[in-house]
Amino acid sequence: MIQLIDVSKTFTSGSGTVDAVRDINLNIEESEIFGVIGYSGAGKSTLVRCINLLECPSKGKVIINGVDLTELDEKNLRKYRQKIGMIFQQFNLFASRTIFENVAFPLRYKGINNDEINKKVASLLKLVGISDKAKAYPSQLSGGQKQRVAIARSLANDPGILLCDEATSALDPQTTQSILKLLKDLNKKLGITIVIVTHEMSVIKEICNRVAVMKSGRIVEVNDVISIFKNPQAQITKDFINTTSNFSRIDELIKDNSSIVNLEKGQRICRFDFHGSNTKEPIISNISRKHDVSASIIFANVEVISETVLGSLVVILSGAEESQKSVIQHLKDIDINVEVIKSA
Amino acid sequence: MLEILETYTPNLLDYSDEFIKSIYETLQMIFLSGIYSFIAGLILGTLMVVTRKGNIMENNLVYQIVDKFVNLFRSIPFVILITALIPVTKKLVGTFIGVKGAIFPLVMGCTPFFIRQVDMALSDVDNGLIEAAQSMGISPLGIIFRVYLKESIPALARSTTITCISLLGLTAMGGAVGGGGLGSFVIRYGHNRFYQDITYVSVVVILIIVSIIQFIGNLVIKKTSH
Repeated sequence: MIQLIDVSKTFTSGSGTVDAVRDINLNIEESEIFGVIGYSGAGKSTLVRCINLLECPSKGKVIINGVDLTELDEKNLRKYRQKIGMIFQQFNLFASRTIFENVAFPLRYKGINNDEINKKVASLLKLVGISDKAKAYPSQLSGGQKQRVAIARSLANDPGILLCDEATSALDPQTTQSILKLLKDLNKKLGITIVIVTHEMSVIKEICNRVAVMKSGRIVEVNDVISIFKNPQAQITKDFINTTSNFSRIDELIKDNSSIVNLEKGQRICRFDFHGSNTKEPIISNISRKHDVSASIIFANVEVISETVLGSLVVILSGAEESQKSVIQHLKDIDINVEVIKSA
Repeated sequence: MLEILETYTPNLLDYSDEFIKSIYETLQMIFLSGIYSFIAGLILGTLMVVTRKGNIMENNLVYQIVDKFVNLFRSIPFVILITALIPVTKKLVGTFIGVKGAIFPLVMGCTPFFIRQVDMALSDVDNGLIEAAQSMGISPLGIIFRVYLKESIPALARSTTITCISLLGLTAMGGAVGGGGLGSFVIRYGHNRFYQDITYVSVVVILIIVSIIQFIGNLVIKKTSH
């Protein structure tokens, strides 16, 4: 549906050039929710702006439904842009217009009669759940409500694609959840393809099907979200995943030689990562029952990502050396990832 | 009432016809040159904003021309500008004195000031709004009218008020060198003949005009700010 081929964008300023986006190749499928994650300055906002040509790529092709947007003239480009909605971190609502008029904005001066506009706007406001605010002005709304209006406005032309540029970054966690839920619903109801740019792994975890991780203008890793969480490749991806749990704490504790991780002779600290099918086996109970090894849990985390369970445990194992080894072997056999962090 | 006026403003009563005519002329000058300056300033100010580097109709040549025009005319003191423009004024309207001869130089003196005001007002429009409109496929002309101008109506009302009041000052200066209106009236009688009552009453009238302009401006700003 969206195809980026060798897309690069270079900014030239007085002091030199900046390669914001370099040699990006990307395929985004119809009706998927695709995430782009990276730190500030990684080029993710520039990349998403290349999709609707708000930033014209320095080189490369942007193909949407088979049409190369970079080849279009101004007038045709504007027509295609109407089929690509976009929402922003700062909402970008028109302060001088009512909520109704904000949503009606893309529909005016297009030869659509007023009755139809009224009907369309009413249904859009209902869709995003703020029908009661039609007559209010943006300054009277909270951040979450403003973003709902922006979403309604971006959907006015029935776009097939919705670009979200840090759309939840200015919102508090609860509001972020409700906006993400709304986006998910829209994706289900309308089948709209959503591209989300964010620096928060929790957003990716919450709603994305696939994700691209960006660093210094390049994509370092693309995969479906479950595989990314299960088996991250690049260091930056691991760093991002660590931000969603407290597992990086264990490394700090070991480094600081905290009393929590003090081991007696024969004990070892292990990390178990399990997912999907093998989560049903009661592994901790089996460890003690079958192998006579006791496991004391010091960290635990379970994520549910698009209905797949991903769990991690950090435990202190104690018991006979041989038994411990057979435990580890058994877990590996049932496809649980075991990492020995420290042993004494 | 008449007695009080006779006691405190004897000279004004002698020239009351001329006084009324002067007020009328002043209003005429503000109104006519105000309208011309408003239209010219709005067009050129908008042109300046949208042709600036990085903006929707980037065009360095147009930008530089408007910018230099504004700088040139803003740096000429108004009294000198009127004199310098005499040949052009004469050619355009046939005379360089009276209300008729004052309008053109007033427009030339006022417009550059208003262009800068429009430039400031429109530059304050959040770039995100322009980007949002672009992402909806709105044409540059649509962005000018529906985003830039629409969103800056309160700021433009403020600029117009300020410009109108400074225009009032210019009309008085115009009066000093052959234009009509209260300026020339006060110079002729208040200054040259030292009829101080004429000066004071004229000040009160000008104060009233300024207050009315400010009142209307505030009203528009209040009605359009959300």
